[in-house]
Amino acid sequence: MILEVLSYLLRFIAIMLLQILVINNIELSSYINPYVYIAFIITLPVTMKPWQIVFLSFLTGATMDAFSSTPGLHIAATNFMGYIRIHYLRVTTTKEDLEGRMVPSISQKGIVWFTVYAFMMIFLHHLVLFFLEIYGFHEFFSTLMRVLVSTLVTLLLIITGQLLFFRSKKSNG
Amino acid sequence: MRNLIFFIYKYYVFFMFFSLEVAAFVLIYRFNNYQKANFVNYTTGVTSSFYTVVSNTHDYFNLRTVNDSLQIENARLRSELLTSYYKNNFTPTQVNDTVYKQQYEYIPAQVVSNSVTKRNNYITLNRGRLHGIEPEMGVISENGIVGIVMNVSSHYCTVLSLLNNNCKISAKLQKNGAFGSLVWDGDDPKFAALRDVNKHVPLMTNDLIITSNFSTIFPEGIPIGKIYAHSLDAGDNFHTIKVELFTDFSSVSTVYVIRNLLKQEQQNLEATIKQ
Repeated sequence: MILEVLSYLLRFIAIMLLQILVINNIELSSYINPYVYIAFIITLPVTMKPWQIVFLSFLTGATMDAFSSTPGLHIAATNFMGYIRIHYLRVTTTKEDLEGRMVPSISQKGIVWFTVYAFMMIFLHHLVLFFLEIYGFHEFFSTLMRVLVSTLVTLLLIITGQLLFFRSKKSNG
Repeated sequence: MRNLIFFIYKYYVFFMFFSLEVAAFVLIYRFNNYQKANFVNYTTGVTSSFYTVVSNTHDYFNLRTVNDSLQIENARLRSELLTSYYKNNFTPTQVNDTVYKQQYEYIPAQVVSNSVTKRNNYITLNRGRLHGIEPEMGVISENGIVGIVMNVSSHYCTVLSLLNNNCKISAKLQKNGAFGSLVWDGDDPKFAALRDVNKHVPLMTNDLIITSNFSTIFPEGIPIGKIYAHSLDAGDNFHTIKVELFTDFSSVSTVYVIRNLLKQEQQNLEATIKQ
């Protein structure tokens, strides 16, 4: 149990450092603003209690807010995504998944299932985040474009990360 | 009974989610309506020291470029020495003169974190309350304006970058003094838009845009950029102007914070009108 908590803590720190030190410094275009830190919430195991998911979403968002000097933007977006995740997974997982302590990932659920799931989560997160950031519906289409492009880039990064991370784990074990 | 417990349990999660979400929205609302919201103050202290370590490493690799730009600026300042009556020292000296009263002081600062590709960009500087920084002070680089100080902790301050939805700067054309307001449209960090310039004003490409004398934040005449393109739609009363900014936001590292010594006096006087 302690080991598990510790490994999630390490993963949290690693993914936050990746976001803050590397991803936030990618300055390709104002349309490409990937936020891969939500991969932490996306890949939490399904056996986790709903309140734990909501609490961790809040914590992740608050950390991100602190480091990007935005008040509540990431909390609102990540918290929303975390809550939707609970319902999405309740509908799409089977009893075997729950008993097998399933972790939403490519290696356990296949690339199609994971891509659809991750796309939904990332899109909802980015939608809330970018529209709250502009704080209104002026520039509606350019913001929507920003959401779509950033969602695709984030999705690509998360899938790449999954393939690298879980494949190496499989061959080792 | 089991179902009942399950329902309560389910709603408990919903209420938890809902209250956190409401809290986040309140923060965002307060921040957007009162620029002085204190949220960032709590976090700036911790996160800025982290960014300082990152920035120190980053600065080391940029020493050559920074030296070059400082040298150019030094040369420019040296050539202005005769007419200059203020010093850019860190502990600003006050000059007592009955003819010229000093109005602006410049506090040098280093950028410790910055972004240019977000829709709302912020900059963190390594100077704070202890160095005399207060909210709503202007920030300039050696080339042009950078932004406005937003929140201050004891050693750091966060700056609302010009590249931000909430940043609006009073500007004017240097050649004929026509006023407009400068905003960033969110596409390219090299360009901004100048709004509200009346259609009767004649414009040329490369006309210089400078800060106006209407604000208490920036002194008059700080360069902002030059006109890159302009057009006038039929039936429109205002020009559509694209301004090429002088400040390179992606590489800005040394800046100056401007303290207006007469700001309080001017604001007190203006407050009496409203009463």
